[in-house]
Amino acid sequence: MSSIVSIKNLSKTYDSGFEALNSINLDINKGEILALLGPNGAGKTTLISTICGIISPTSGSVSVDGNDIIKDFRKTRKIIGLVPQELTLGAFDKVWSTVNFSRGLFNRKKDDAYLKKLLKDLSLFDKKDSELRTLSGGMKRRVLIAKALSHQPKILFLDEPTAGVDVELRKDMWKIVRKLKSSGVTIILTTHYIEEAQSIADRVGVINEGELLLVEKTKTLMERLGKKQLIVELKEKAYQLPETLNKYKLELNEDGSLITYTYNAKDGGTGISKLLGAISEAGLVVKDLQINESSLEDIFVNLVKKL
Amino acid sequence: MINHRAIKVIYQNEMTRFFHTLFQSIASPVISTALYFVVFGSAIGSSINSIEGVSYALFIVPGLTMLSVLTQSVSNASFGIFFPKFTGTIYEILSAPISFYEALIGYVGAAASKSMILATIILITASFFVDLNIAHPIWMVAFLVLTCISFSLFGFIIGLWAGNFEKLQVVPILIITPLVFLGGSFYSVSMLPPFWQTVTMFNPVLYLVSGFRWSFFEVSDVSVTTSLAMILIFLLICFTLIAWMFKTGYKLKE
Repeated sequence: MSSIVSIKNLSKTYDSGFEALNSINLDINKGEILALLGPNGAGKTTLISTICGIISPTSGSVSVDGNDIIKDFRKTRKIIGLVPQELTLGAFDKVWSTVNFSRGLFNRKKDDAYLKKLLKDLSLFDKKDSELRTLSGGMKRRVLIAKALSHQPKILFLDEPTAGVDVELRKDMWKIVRKLKSSGVTIILTTHYIEEAQSIADRVGVINEGELLLVEKTKTLMERLGKKQLIVELKEKAYQLPETLNKYKLELNEDGSLITYTYNAKDGGTGISKLLGAISEAGLVVKDLQINESSLEDIFVNLVKKL
Repeated sequence: MINHRAIKVIYQNEMTRFFHTLFQSIASPVISTALYFVVFGSAIGSSINSIEGVSYALFIVPGLTMLSVLTQSVSNASFGIFFPKFTGTIYEILSAPISFYEALIGYVGAAASKSMILATIILITASFFVDLNIAHPIWMVAFLVLTCISFSLFGFIIGLWAGNFEKLQVVPILIITPLVFLGGSFYSVSMLPPFWQTVTMFNPVLYLVSGFRWSFFEVSDVSVTTSLAMILIFLLICFTLIAWMFKTGYKLKE
């Protein structure tokens, strides 16, 4: 797959001395959905803002569709749409005029039919003559998306799109994101909702303290780092694990009713059948079994903790 | 390639704001102009001798117009750029395929246009009180346009520089208004004692008012060429300052 955004050794140190980005290298593929995960202050917004031209990089370079974001800023910005994290909108503008304004800023000819359809897709059309200040938070978020899409960008950045958003809007948003992806738009989003990154993203990048810790296909990442847990519920509580089970690295919960066995699904032999045999040999009776798969969240927490 | 559509939408957006608050935008200068005429023109003016052959009520018309044009240019342009900075909507301007200069044309062009509209309204209001004859209409318009543009540029600088609403209002109140009042808007500099005449020469507004007044009555405190030169110098200084701000991204980009 060819890359549409190529980031090379990108660093940003703010005037205050805060190092927000530390030599980031990243290629974003054409047509993919990339989720950037990281705690607050990790540098996600700084990275997005730099690519979009809001923040000047301290060193390093970014090219978008083969053009440098500083030298050829007109070409690069024209194909980028940005939905910011904050609900930054004028108060007295009307929905219709603000999306037209955005389209004009990006040097696109007026196209009422396109904007009309866009507003309809975002369930905003009946609000088109409302002043922005009268809209609810969710509606404002929709307007920001409409503005970002008003010039038909090839790359869309969504900075924390689901922060403070209700279920319905979130569903709508992912529907739109999937539709955009199928029309060939590259989407980069930052989020705290790890399950969402897991369900929607093709690849996941993890950022912490200005460094890109890893970028991996979501599935590979899950497999590579994905640990599984077998939880064995005992019929009668055990107050201590029998010595014969010591080699399995088991954990017994406080009241002695559950044994947890952690293994890696990718390893050739998981050792489950041997373990179960050993358990019954030790005289314990199994009541029930349960398997937990670690989520992206566990992986993420582990990664950030480790470094 | 110039992004002319962006300039157009910024200009239109700014003008829409002006027309939305049309009543406020027009009522306040019209009322204050009328009040000045009642107080200075009719009440006090009748006991003041004519200045250099021009009746006092007539004499204050150019100064009065300049007072509104200067304060409105500065406040319109500064507010125009300060507000998106304050609300955060400037992200869109910064991430759009437009240069700072194109944004500048949109914002300053709109602020200057508003001031031109205002000046026209004030002159029309004035014509109800005095018999207004303009000796050099083309020069009058030229002085007006140059003043509107240079002070809108100045306002733009203030808007970029201001970190809060207080700073935004301090400049028009503490700098522009005193300069206009002390710049011979309501009197001829020759009426001042010699020391204050010299001090007044350092006031840039003097040159604006003097040149503008000359275009009406062919009466001036300083020569017209000096007036014109001073306005152009002021314009150049503002522009240089803005060019520096844009080059360094001062208060715009981190």
